[in-house]
Amino acid sequence: MTTKVSAQNIYKIFGPNPEKVFKLLDKGLTKDEILRKTGHTLGVIDASFDVEEGEIFVIMGLSGSGKSTLIRCVNRLIEPTRGKMFIDGEDILKVDNKQLRHIRRKKIGMVFQRFALFPHRTIIRNVEYGLEVQGIPVDERHRRSMEALELVGLADYAESYPHNLSGGMQQRVGLARALANDPDILLMDEAFSALDPLIRKEMQDELLDLQSKMKKTILFITHDLDEALKIGDRIAVMKDGVIVQIGTPEDILTNPANDYVSEFVQDVDRSKVLSASNIMKKPEVIFTKDGPHVALRKMKEMGLSSIFVVDKQRELRGLVTVDSLINNRKNLEKKDLNELIQTDIPTTSPDTPVRDLFGVAAEARYPIAVVDERHHLLGIVARVNILAAMSGEEVS
Amino acid sequence: MNLYDMTFRIPVGQAFSTLVELLDKRLESVFDFITYFLNTAVKGLEDALQMIPIPVMIILLVLLAWRISGRGVAVFTLVGFILIAGMDLWVETMQTLSLVFISAIITLGVGIPLGIWASRSDLLDKLLRPVLDFMQTLPAFVYLIPAILFFHIGRVPGVISTVIFAMPPAIRLTNLGIRQVPADVVEAAHAFGSTDNQLLVKVQLPMALPTIMAGINQTIMLSLSMVVIASMVGAPGLGKEVLYGVTQLDIATGFEGGLAVVLVAMFLDRVTESLGKGNQDNKNNQ
Ligand SMILES: Nc1ncnc2c1ncn2[C@@H]1O[C@H](COP(=O)(O)OP(=O)(O)OP(=O)(O)O)[C@@H](O)[C@H]1O
Ligand SMILES: [Mg+2]
Repeated sequence: MTTKVSAQNIYKIFGPNPEKVFKLLDKGLTKDEILRKTGHTLGVIDASFDVEEGEIFVIMGLSGSGKSTLIRCVNRLIEPTRGKMFIDGEDILKVDNKQLRHIRRKKIGMVFQRFALFPHRTIIRNVEYGLEVQGIPVDERHRRSMEALELVGLADYAESYPHNLSGGMQQRVGLARALANDPDILLMDEAFSALDPLIRKEMQDELLDLQSKMKKTILFITHDLDEALKIGDRIAVMKDGVIVQIGTPEDILTNPANDYVSEFVQDVDRSKVLSASNIMKKPEVIFTKDGPHVALRKMKEMGLSSIFVVDKQRELRGLVTVDSLINNRKNLEKKDLNELIQTDIPTTSPDTPVRDLFGVAAEARYPIAVVDERHHLLGIVARVNILAAMSGEEVS
Repeated sequence: MNLYDMTFRIPVGQAFSTLVELLDKRLESVFDFITYFLNTAVKGLEDALQMIPIPVMIILLVLLAWRISGRGVAVFTLVGFILIAGMDLWVETMQTLSLVFISAIITLGVGIPLGIWASRSDLLDKLLRPVLDFMQTLPAFVYLIPAILFFHIGRVPGVISTVIFAMPPAIRLTNLGIRQVPADVVEAAHAFGSTDNQLLVKVQLPMALPTIMAGINQTIMLSLSMVVIASMVGAPGLGKEVLYGVTQLDIATGFEGGLAVVLVAMFLDRVTESLGKGNQDNKNNQ
């Protein structure tokens, strides 16, 4: 995998004399103290991250945490005070204006929170804009823009003006405008925040759908954790200009780096994010070679009413219940363990979202077995584990 | 000892007067050239307009009003200009239109670029502000005197004082219109790699156009309001009629001249106003 965007120790300090502020920063003053003392605002402090090709990298944080400032340092709409910003290995902070324009035209597309369409231009001429400033001939830019419009399902509106379209449609135009140049990198600053919830969900799905076809490298800003968890391959959490944690959605949920992050993730709908593998427990098992007696003794020891049976390779064979074993002994049937195994038991794959287990768990009388594609038993999920995970308790 | 006996006095007026005399001596040939050039331009336009027969001219003006502003204004134009011809003020009206037209061209030719520049430079914006206030509020008679000195009696001091008086809204509204373009739209233009000129031509000017057109409209209206003053320094036109009416207490002549000014003003106002509105949803190509 190649790194498309690499931010290294990016600082952005707003104010007339940023250098003075670095000294105070070294002394350990906070953002608020520095603002009060010097009138300088710390936009971004020492931010570093790498975004890999094809990845959706989400930057999340409360209002004023520096998300917009940071993403604008990527295409230099805001000039960082210090640091390095590599795009395809080239430090964009070192290039001259002409090269900067070239990079913006060819490599980076941007989608804005309030759409920022050109109100005096038709939809198609909005989408064409990026190609037009490059001096691409009319025919070609028209063709490419129509393709982009078709991608977002708005080809019929090519000759309309932005104010004739709904918010959701306008943002599709914003997306098409960014895609028309066919850039490798998309910057999306709260692109869906201005949309109402249903449209917003639709746009998220559409983005994921487009992404599965196009494999862009996307930096996506949101202050909504659900959105971050849904679309992010990795998430950076920002607070007061500092990136406090970078990780996969599961990392963020299960190992919040500090109180800020854990507070942030408290209200999240975990069922969408956590999968069976996040909440499963290590199972007690018996092996096919063990007889009924061993099984019964083990279950008594552990206080279990059922136990999973695996073979030597830990391939799942089924489950035996304490009732069937006791019956077997009473009736002196002396059956082999294999004959007592129930094979008709619920199983699931490790990456199944927890929310999809709700139904199964409600029906099942036994824990759900988590198995990999070769049917090896990885763990078990009992109803109580699901409930614990939903309430945000420790789920190791 | 009281305050009025004090001999303390700052000789502002004396200094200004000395400056004017100095400029007049040093730059005489420059002023003469400007005088010659502007006089030829206005006079030439007057002659050209008068070469067109009155009925043809009226039809042209009505067509213009109809194309740009619609039927109502066209009818008004027809009635208004027939009335002007009927009052025997046609020649004076063409003279006034010429003066206003040339003044407006100069005003806009200087004012709009200055407005664009001011929109990009906070420093210039700050410097211009008091200058514009000065230009707008200083009584026109005050700069009429040096204008006569520099450019002699005739059309040219009229043009110059009209330009000074009518320039501020052109600068102000161009500046304002461009600054009012939403920051995120400008940011979007930058994000797609626009040069500064592309940003100006493809985004800022088209979006500022309604405001700029309002500035053009105001410029033309202010130019017309200067016709009487322009006549005081010798420019021919409708202003002369009004002036005659005032000085000779000739109510009839004064009223007719005034009415003609109002008719021309309403015509120009409606037409330039619709020009601004019409342009709003025009597509701008390249
Ligand atoms: N041009 C500027 N001049 C001074 N301070 C600024 C400027 N732009 C942003 N800031 C400050 O920098 C900090 C970070 O702002 P930023 O817009 O990056 O936050 P954000 O995380 O995007 O917030 P939001 O969710 O509200 O968009 C804030 O304290 C803000 O006030
Ligand atoms: Mg923001």
